[in-house]
Amino acid sequence: MSESDPTMAPVGGDTPTPAAMSAASNRASRRAVIEEAVLPPLVALLLAAVVGDVLILTFGQSPGAVYRLLLDGTWGNAYGFGQVLYKATTLVFTGLAVGLGLRAGLFNIGAESQLAAGGFCAALVGLLLPAGIPALLCLPIYILAAGLGGGMVGAVPGVLKARFGAHEVIVTIMLNFIVLALLNYLTSTRLHVPDTLHTAEIGSGALPRVSDVFSSFQGSAANATILLAVLAMFALNWFLFRTRRGFELRAVGLQPHAAEYAGVSVGSVTWRALAISGAIAGIGGLNYVLGYKHYYEEGFATGAGFLGIAVALVGRSHPIGIGLAALLFATLSQGGLAVNALVPKQMVDVLQAVVILAVATSVPEVRRLLRGARRTGAPGSAGR
Amino acid sequence: MADPSPPAAATPAIRLRDIVKSFGPVQANRGAELEVAHGEIHALVGENGAGKSTLMRVLAGMYAPNSGHMAVEGRDVTGWTTADAIAAGVGMVHQHFMLVPTLTVAENVMLGSEITRGPVLDRAAAERAVRELSERTGLVVPPRALVSELSVGQAQRVEILKTLYRGAKILVLDEPTAVLSPPEVQELWTVLRALRDQGGTIVLITHKLDEVIDVSETITVMRAGRTVARMPTAGTTPQAIARAMVGRDVALALDAEYTGVSAGQELGAVSAMLEVRDLTVVGAGGQPVVRQATFSIAPGEILGIAGVEGNGQTELIEALAGLREATGSISLGGRDLMPLAVRERGDAGMSHIPEDRHDRALVLDYSVAENLILGQQHRFTSGATLDRRRVYEHASNLIANYDIRPADPALPARALSGGNQQKIVVARELARDFKVLLAAQPTRGVDVGAIEFIHARLREARDEGKAVLLVSADLSEVLALSDRIAVMYGGRIVALLPRSDASPDTLGPYMTGAERAA
Repeated sequence: MSESDPTMAPVGGDTPTPAAMSAASNRASRRAVIEEAVLPPLVALLLAAVVGDVLILTFGQSPGAVYRLLLDGTWGNAYGFGQVLYKATTLVFTGLAVGLGLRAGLFNIGAESQLAAGGFCAALVGLLLPAGIPALLCLPIYILAAGLGGGMVGAVPGVLKARFGAHEVIVTIMLNFIVLALLNYLTSTRLHVPDTLHTAEIGSGALPRVSDVFSSFQGSAANATILLAVLAMFALNWFLFRTRRGFELRAVGLQPHAAEYAGVSVGSVTWRALAISGAIAGIGGLNYVLGYKHYYEEGFATGAGFLGIAVALVGRSHPIGIGLAALLFATLSQGGLAVNALVPKQMVDVLQAVVILAVATSVPEVRRLLRGARRTGAPGSAGR
Repeated sequence: MADPSPPAAATPAIRLRDIVKSFGPVQANRGAELEVAHGEIHALVGENGAGKSTLMRVLAGMYAPNSGHMAVEGRDVTGWTTADAIAAGVGMVHQHFMLVPTLTVAENVMLGSEITRGPVLDRAAAERAVRELSERTGLVVPPRALVSELSVGQAQRVEILKTLYRGAKILVLDEPTAVLSPPEVQELWTVLRALRDQGGTIVLITHKLDEVIDVSETITVMRAGRTVARMPTAGTTPQAIARAMVGRDVALALDAEYTGVSAGQELGAVSAMLEVRDLTVVGAGGQPVVRQATFSIAPGEILGIAGVEGNGQTELIEALAGLREATGSISLGGRDLMPLAVRERGDAGMSHIPEDRHDRALVLDYSVAENLILGQQHRFTSGATLDRRRVYEHASNLIANYDIRPADPALPARALSGGNQQKIVVARELARDFKVLLAAQPTRGVDVGAIEFIHARLREARDEGKAVLLVSADLSEVLALSDRIAVMYGGRIVALLPRSDASPDTLGPYMTGAERAA
């Protein structure tokens, strides 16, 4: 079959150019899209700020002072900013992983274990590789290893869903326990350095830190994985909104029956989406293993996978939005340490929770999933 | 409702006058009337979209009418709520069951009006109540069985029991036989007659004429939101009802005069474009829903499939499109389609206008331009990406040629009216390179202007030598467009007539299963 389309009539010179025709409407609909995408997170932030004020006042502090401290400790100095970037890097990967799943109509709760599996596999490969290979040379191997590690953990619920209809939420939650336990077992029985919970240091592939270039960042863990995260963000954006596969994946997420009608195999999109989602989360493990400590450690990024769910929801499953949301959550989590002197750092957890709740109740994906869950067992029923 | 004595015989149980109910721009009821006497089984008939279900939902308090007057037992109840309706003894049994599958029959029946002893549910009392009600009505269901274990027919009995348990004296059943097998239908009739003999009043929504004749005493016919006829069942015929349902003036309005000069009429010489043999589709329940369908369509021919909805038409079309597992053989211009997936069948020359616009035919959140390439996205690529310039060129061509409004390729399909959404689908499927068109309910929910437009496009396709398979629940549409007409009943093609032999009168008996010719 040739790729050319025999039905495409050539556009005559007298027809208005499509570009002119759609320019005005593009603007109008883009504004609507932006309003729909940006308003809920902003409202959520405002709500969080109000709740935060009340909390701070109950601790007898002035909200202004606490927020100033929070900003000073994060974006206000190079070290704090570096820490925000470091934390955001992992969150970008887990957020993109969850966001990709949501675009395909899948709720991947397994980023936590996929991230760990990615870090573990990268470390394992690192221990096997001869020491001293330049980073640029072995980086592709590490990315592949981390992606495969996370991807395999992601593919399991994907295949189970595609073949047997097993719900991915249940399977990914359960796999979190299994995979984390397995990794801990392997680490603590085979690979750990005595009296620690981590493996031996790996001798190759260490990524440069930001502080290597800007000395004021001294002490912060921010490293070149940031570039990978930004790359992943733009790559996923391109994939979702420019490619045919992305078009088909989003159709599956929006209306599986229509996707099926359009000749898309819903099953294979499902397992592939979850496998790629897992791979993205897995690559996030490099931030710690190659960028920070150069070994795998039990629980090296505990919570980052789950926080990725919040990041994806607040970022509206849009890669760029996810990048911004990752910065927000990284700021809050680093800021918790900064404000500890005035208010308990758990206050920041409360703020995060308020943001998540406010956004979650307004995000269409969540509403759709809830509706879907309620309707389970009545397939094929037409919407409204 | 404190007065137990029945109202005077002259007062009708239900009297609806001049009911108007619109949903946005769509007027579902435009002056509908209904008068139901005490203790009768009253059939409310009409084609799909005639406004029957809407009218009954107004009666049950689910919708408030925009205007009109409603009286139950002589009492003005205009615009009452569902709670009022239940309290007044009006109960509705819906087409789709509203039961909790993990609870028992007795638990479902008492759900919402639970019998308790202190804080504890009194299951024994509920089971007793169900048994008592079963004995009185003949609706026998084991009270302790889980609803998930029941057959569809039994589940429907539970629905009716539930309604009766709440004290319904006026029972409205919305297409109750759509899901029942013939013996179950007979059992349902027995039950309904028993209820009537005990003083109940029953309104039966249906579009199956044999049922109407079987069980009802009076018939009200609706068409396009209006009540067009009311007649006693005794002395009428299915033909007379069908005529009232379809309506001569509507047929005229649709330009229903058959104008075909079909190449397919002189079949013999021309070899078939689409050839289907012994196509059998097994439904979700394990029962065959399409049974050994065999037919062929010549190039330049429209084969129309008439029949009451739910007789296998949907499954037949989806099996042909590759969306459903099937056995038998399908060949398109001599090429075997059975091993091909949906996209490959499309590439082989199969075009498909699906019946469900919102579920299958469109991705509502995608733009008009994106929807115009749905199913052909692999033809609009450059490398891995979609070639947006070509997508938009394609869109602006089709928007102009098919007069899709508003003429804005970037607008999400959701924002368009039903008629324009359907034009997107029709434009897309007719603009691709195809030999066979499957057109399922191509004008459902579309305004008159768009209907004419779509009909003209289908005739054009026929005249260009395409083979068209048309499925429509609207008999006048089938008669207006088809060169030959097949009738499906119970998953079988029970008749295959040339257009000249087909009329509502000749097709009616086949559609109701009264006759078989094939």
